[in-house]
Amino acid sequence: MTKPLLAISGLTKAYPGVVANDDVSFEIGEAEVHALLGENGAGKSTLVKMIYGLVKPDSGSMLWQGSAFAPSDPKTARASGVAMVFQHFSLFEALNVAENVALGMENPPPMRDLARRIREVSETYGLPLDPDRTVGDLSAGERQRVEIIRCLLQDPKLLIMDEPTSVLTPQEVEILFETLNKLKAAGTSILYISHKLEEIRKLCDHATILRLGKNVGECVPAETSARDMAELMVGDTLQTPTRSAEKAGEVVLDVADLSLTPSNPFGTSLKNITFDVRAGEILGLGGVAGNGQDELLAALSGEARTPENTLKVNGQSIGKFGPNRRRELGILAAPEERLGHAAAPDMSLTENALLTGRIRENLTSNGFVKWAGATSFAENIIKAFDVRTPGPHVAARALSGGNLQKFVIGREVLQRPTVLIVNQPTWGVDAAAAAAIRQSLMDLAAEGAAIVVISQDLDELMEISDRFGALNEGRLSDIRAAAGLTIDEIGLMMGGAHGMEVAQVQDDAAQGASA
Amino acid sequence: MIRLEKRPMPSRTLPMITPVIAVIITMIAGGALFAVLGKDPIEAIRTIFWDPVFGEFAFYYRPQLLVKAAPLILIAIGLSLGFRAGIWNIGAEGQYIMGAITGAAVGLAFYPTESIFIFPLMVVAAAIGGWAWGMIPAFLKVRFGTNEILVSLMLVYVAQNLLSSMALGLLKNPEGMGFPGSRNIATNASTSSWINEAAGLHWGIVFAFIAVIFAYILLYRHILGFNIQLSGEAPRAARFAGVNPTRLILFCLGVSGALAGMAGLFEVAGPAGQIKIGFNVGYGFTAIIVAFLGRLHPVGIVLAAMLMALTYIGGELAQGTLGLPSAAIQVFQGMLLFFLLALDLLTNYRIAILPRRAF
Repeated sequence: MTKPLLAISGLTKAYPGVVANDDVSFEIGEAEVHALLGENGAGKSTLVKMIYGLVKPDSGSMLWQGSAFAPSDPKTARASGVAMVFQHFSLFEALNVAENVALGMENPPPMRDLARRIREVSETYGLPLDPDRTVGDLSAGERQRVEIIRCLLQDPKLLIMDEPTSVLTPQEVEILFETLNKLKAAGTSILYISHKLEEIRKLCDHATILRLGKNVGECVPAETSARDMAELMVGDTLQTPTRSAEKAGEVVLDVADLSLTPSNPFGTSLKNITFDVRAGEILGLGGVAGNGQDELLAALSGEARTPENTLKVNGQSIGKFGPNRRRELGILAAPEERLGHAAAPDMSLTENALLTGRIRENLTSNGFVKWAGATSFAENIIKAFDVRTPGPHVAARALSGGNLQKFVIGREVLQRPTVLIVNQPTWGVDAAAAAAIRQSLMDLAAEGAAIVVISQDLDELMEISDRFGALNEGRLSDIRAAAGLTIDEIGLMMGGAHGMEVAQVQDDAAQGASA
Repeated sequence: MIRLEKRPMPSRTLPMITPVIAVIITMIAGGALFAVLGKDPIEAIRTIFWDPVFGEFAFYYRPQLLVKAAPLILIAIGLSLGFRAGIWNIGAEGQYIMGAITGAAVGLAFYPTESIFIFPLMVVAAAIGGWAWGMIPAFLKVRFGTNEILVSLMLVYVAQNLLSSMALGLLKNPEGMGFPGSRNIATNASTSSWINEAAGLHWGIVFAFIAVIFAYILLYRHILGFNIQLSGEAPRAARFAGVNPTRLILFCLGVSGALAGMAGLFEVAGPAGQIKIGFNVGYGFTAIIVAFLGRLHPVGIVLAAMLMALTYIGGELAQGTLGLPSAAIQVFQGMLLFFLLALDLLTNYRIAILPRRAF
């Protein structure tokens, strides 16, 4: 066995009140794609920050090619050959690709040479990217390529990637994986952080699984089932959501030719959106973030008003109604942003229960708040949705993301909606809580509610939706039955790879559709 | 490098005691200031904070406390509603002047009629006057998106000039031998706000306590108060909860304007007695300090207003007995707000001193 590139032994890092990493040890071999797998809060980010020199471990040690390695800052880590692509990009939108790359370099070469090198690297690794384009015009996938190329120009020995596929369409994921395979073939090791199990099974040679800061197991992903990995990750047997097939009822929500200019100048305009949802049906709406999801939710919840007859519920036009009139009619919504939109961070759960529960739970009389009623409604949500919190007096911000999400979804589900619109119902939620939330949505549909689930998690949408559509730049694709859709078809509905070569495919698809 | 870092879990109890700490620091810093002015700091602080309540002439000063505190409470209660919702009415002083003018004008119009209906009518007129002055920034904000801070503040100067014009023109006392200023309305039972002048009791005090109770119920029992707090803490969540921001702006600026207007009337028809140039003494601005010092809580506002009233009275006393300049007491009040805001910042943020490093 050859010497590993990086050997980590006994790394421990504690923050006040929480041990982020507890005695973690593993090794990354030369030219190996190593997965770091774990739920939110399992300690993946802290671990890679220690490798990248952003965080100092409390104890433990690292060996880099056999010699001691303790980077004091990212600069030293980069000098040793560690490069990292962060989940959130740090790019200047007003500058072009080459300028952005130059800003991240210690000693940038002249612009012309740099542009040439960017072209070389992008061709070598199959990452189509024009160094002269302005970053502001690039899609999320292309921006990620800028970050990757910025790293590759340093000739790294270890490339760390933090949740790289969360912003990509399936086609863009394909391109990324080809690149990573080429890098591996060229001898670069990759530390790949994700919680998407199928990706890891496809790409990675080896996986280390973290739970609550501890290394709870290692496996060869290709030889381990996704379910086994998930259970290692969660530490529990996983309940797969189930639903009994029901015949869909009458059309409840009817959206016809809805166009909307957002109040926010950076928002996305909705363009001629048309769909309907029947009683007992779940419509899944996919799409990469920022393609009109927030705006669609605002239009459906009543935060944004729309012209007469563009929105109908059971035949009644509701476009001019505000959120509370819609709640009276049983149209409820759960926005994506938990803190600040779905819930007020500094207010208690009781107050947050009142926030949307006032009308349907009858929590006011003559405008006076029935606090006892609000408290018991909050307690009901906490109980029914297993929200882990000392009680309803706790401020919303004190809850973990998953628990607050259970509260936010539970608050709407318990109000017996006739139409429920949720945006990213399981974003940042651990697997067990996500399964519980999905199950509750399916149960709600089984009771006859019409449900719209907006999400960027395609696996989730395929699991729970009856029909599927995708948002792309404020337009909605055709709605198709979810059963039997291939990942390629879904990707095309989402707008393909936003790249040059795939534009071709898109055109073909458009021609195919018109033929 | 020094940087402010947000505290992950700000203390919930600290905001309750910061006003007290701010007062103590103000006393220390104020004492130092007086020492630099060549006065004995201990004596100066005692004269301001102790003598008016417990000193030799306390029997005279104690009733004054409520007389000074009442307008501060009335105005601060109105401001606190807006401040909680993130609507910043800085021009209460202007609304206070306008209420005084309209209210006094109604009283003067009836001169020399005597009737118990005149005074209630004056109160209504004052409320409408203050409300209307508050509606100007409110309307401009909802219609054109102007900044209510600037508009309401600038309208204070308009109101001050209007006051001068009234004192010299329309409302000038015809029997005043040409001196600027209106007739004295405090001496006429039909138009006076005094209930018992010797005891320092006027209708403003009664209305101030009604306003406190009203605000308490509104904020903690009524959905409107919930919506006000929600709008201040999470505007997007408020919109999601169905709060109409336009209506909220009109309500908050309207109520604070009306309360400030009423405070103006009780002052002009009582302690001040007449419309005259410079009749306003900055209650509208001091009330901003009172609102924050009282943590925007109705009961806190009562306590803060009493404290500020004390600094007014004690300040005058110190001017007389120690020869402190009148500006010193304004500096003193300003320091109080400064220290309070600084402490508030430090409860939510901590100062981190970072080693200088190249990035």
